[in-house]
Amino acid sequence: MKISKFNIALVGLGLVAPLVLYPVFLMKVLCFALFASAFNLLLGFVGLLSFGHAVFLGTGGYITGYLMMNTGITPELGILAGTAAAAILGAVYGKLAVKREGIYFAMVTLALAQLMFFVYLQAPFTGGEDGLQGVPRGELFGFIDLSDNMNMYYFVFAIFLAGFWLINRTVHSPFGQVLKAIRENEARATSLGYNVNDYKWVAFVISAALAGMAGSTKTLVFQLASLTDVHWHMSGEVVLMTLLGGMGTIFGPFVGAATIVSIQNFLSGGELGNYIHIIMGIIFIVCVLAFRSGIVGEIQKVIKRNFS
Amino acid sequence: MKSMNKTLLSAAMAVAMTTSVAHANVSDDKVKIGVLADMGGVYADVCGPGCVTAVEMAVEDFGGKVLGKPIEIVSADDQNKPDVGSAKVREWVESQGVDVVTGLVASSVTGAVTKVTTDNKKIALIAASASNAFTTKACSPYNAHWTYNVVALANGTVKPMVQSGKKKWFFITADYAFGHALEGVASKVIKSEGGEVVGAVRAPLGTTDFSSYILQAQASGADVVGLANAGADFVNSLKTAAEFGLTEMMDVAGLLVFTPNAQALDPAIAGGMKTTTGFYWDRDAEAREWSARFKERHGKIPAMPHAGAYSATMHYLNSVKEAGTDDSDAVMKVMKANKPNDFFAKNAYLRADGRMVHDMYLVNITKESERKTSDNIFNIEKVIPGDQAFAPMLPECEFK
Repeated sequence: MKISKFNIALVGLGLVAPLVLYPVFLMKVLCFALFASAFNLLLGFVGLLSFGHAVFLGTGGYITGYLMMNTGITPELGILAGTAAAAILGAVYGKLAVKREGIYFAMVTLALAQLMFFVYLQAPFTGGEDGLQGVPRGELFGFIDLSDNMNMYYFVFAIFLAGFWLINRTVHSPFGQVLKAIRENEARATSLGYNVNDYKWVAFVISAALAGMAGSTKTLVFQLASLTDVHWHMSGEVVLMTLLGGMGTIFGPFVGAATIVSIQNFLSGGELGNYIHIIMGIIFIVCVLAFRSGIVGEIQKVIKRNFS
Repeated sequence: MKSMNKTLLSAAMAVAMTTSVAHANVSDDKVKIGVLADMGGVYADVCGPGCVTAVEMAVEDFGGKVLGKPIEIVSADDQNKPDVGSAKVREWVESQGVDVVTGLVASSVTGAVTKVTTDNKKIALIAASASNAFTTKACSPYNAHWTYNVVALANGTVKPMVQSGKKKWFFITADYAFGHALEGVASKVIKSEGGEVVGAVRAPLGTTDFSSYILQAQASGADVVGLANAGADFVNSLKTAAEFGLTEMMDVAGLLVFTPNAQALDPAIAGGMKTTTGFYWDRDAEAREWSARFKERHGKIPAMPHAGAYSATMHYLNSVKEAGTDDSDAVMKVMKANKPNDFFAKNAYLRADGRMVHDMYLVNITKESERKTSDNIFNIEKVIPGDQAFAPMLPECEFK
């Protein structure tokens, strides 16, 4: 990543944000932003619509939650374990899913995710509808107490930056160029000698691993891993976040996630709480009809038109 | 004259200081009550907007102020999801100065929420959850479990049925904390009375099609099918049972029946069914008076969580007043020392483990002929004294 003034300003903003806003809210935004960014790596840069991405978020969460509750490992190891579990699941699912394209790819990922949903619903270690409650946040590296929201925030922020950097690095690497070539014209990429399915598979695994990392982090933040994170609603929500923010842009998923989480937060307490799904639906329709490239995509268009 | 002024001034200052000292005991100059409930899901009739109304009534009846400071109410929808509920409560107690949380329906949500409230040393007044975990394996010095629990339901409803010779039981259970707890406790009661559990099937919360579960129950050869579920799940499973003719083959026991659910059922199906409740609006004049006021505002007669939410909030506010502070430890001490006594809480006391022990009622659902108005839902058969209804306290949960 080129270290521009813009990026430094953003990181600076991230560092001071918890002094102004409620840290747990910010952590939620960061977790979902990482999740949406990981999803965007597939949808925006390879053109693969995975409709079961929640399974990776949830798997990361359950594995981390279970280990933190039962083995007493430190949180960074817990998150690594959750990420690894999601990556392994992603490797298996990816291998099966990349053989199909378009709507079939989406359906295969959805079906596989639902399979895991029922496993998590019935498996004794997940606590079923109750979820894993009271997951300890633990002490980072054994000495930084994460039960303090501020400490936790900077930990989450660091994880987010690492994940975000990795995605950015992937997109701007030669590997990322091949991914984009596949997105634009898969037949041509094949004719140029690239083994398209292998490229898709690697991208799928990276995306799954980062989604798992987001889930692991989220579990620590809320001290809870629940079925909500593996439900197909969550898979739909991440599509909404990515489309609203701007598919195929680096910052789009972040903006989308921040917008959706803020709306949910704002609506959940008030009179409008009952209409949350209707409002989300309307936003989605407006977004698809009026500004298809999403918030960031539209801004980029304006900048391009006026300043270059 | 000058000295006179000085004396006046110092007197005024002294008064100002003492009042400010007294008021400093209330955190951020108000007492804030958070009501977390299911505003639009399967439990919305049981403890949703109605619980908010009940808490509002309690605050108004109390006078809107305690220790000279205003009482505020905030409410939110937990959607029966533990993650949504606990995130909301975390935000309330950590950043919005909420002092006490009430409502609390789905036991899964309550489990997650009470972890947050306990970590933050805030009191949870559990008005509608059934699981007994909050005063046993998940007990906390900051829990006050008010209205009823699964032990009271099992002791009230199941025990007399087994004693009357209905020995073989089959359960249709809501597949989460509450259902598991209810099934577990009821099974224990059945076994200790010499009965037998021949099988159980678990249905996810919010199931709409119970036909496959009912068929399994039908094939089980049991004397009684116990419905260890609640709210809309109870209504749907009982309706399906009637459609499949199950109600004619064997007895069906609704282990947790709230008045609005009983009201939603055809008396031809539900009439005569026995169940246990913590409150019935038509019990005595005091209850009728409160219930009439509630109905005027809410449009429906109260279910037991509504009455429980009012009673718990009132007892909390009275205790804040007596403790002279909203500090949770001090308030809890007063709550446990003083006996609540109102239209809901009869022969009641808050035990050291946070269990509110009070009279429970064995009732049967009225038949068509007995319904003078649509609000005549239950006939009270028997009063079950609190000490017989609830399980004894566990030594590790005795918080002083």
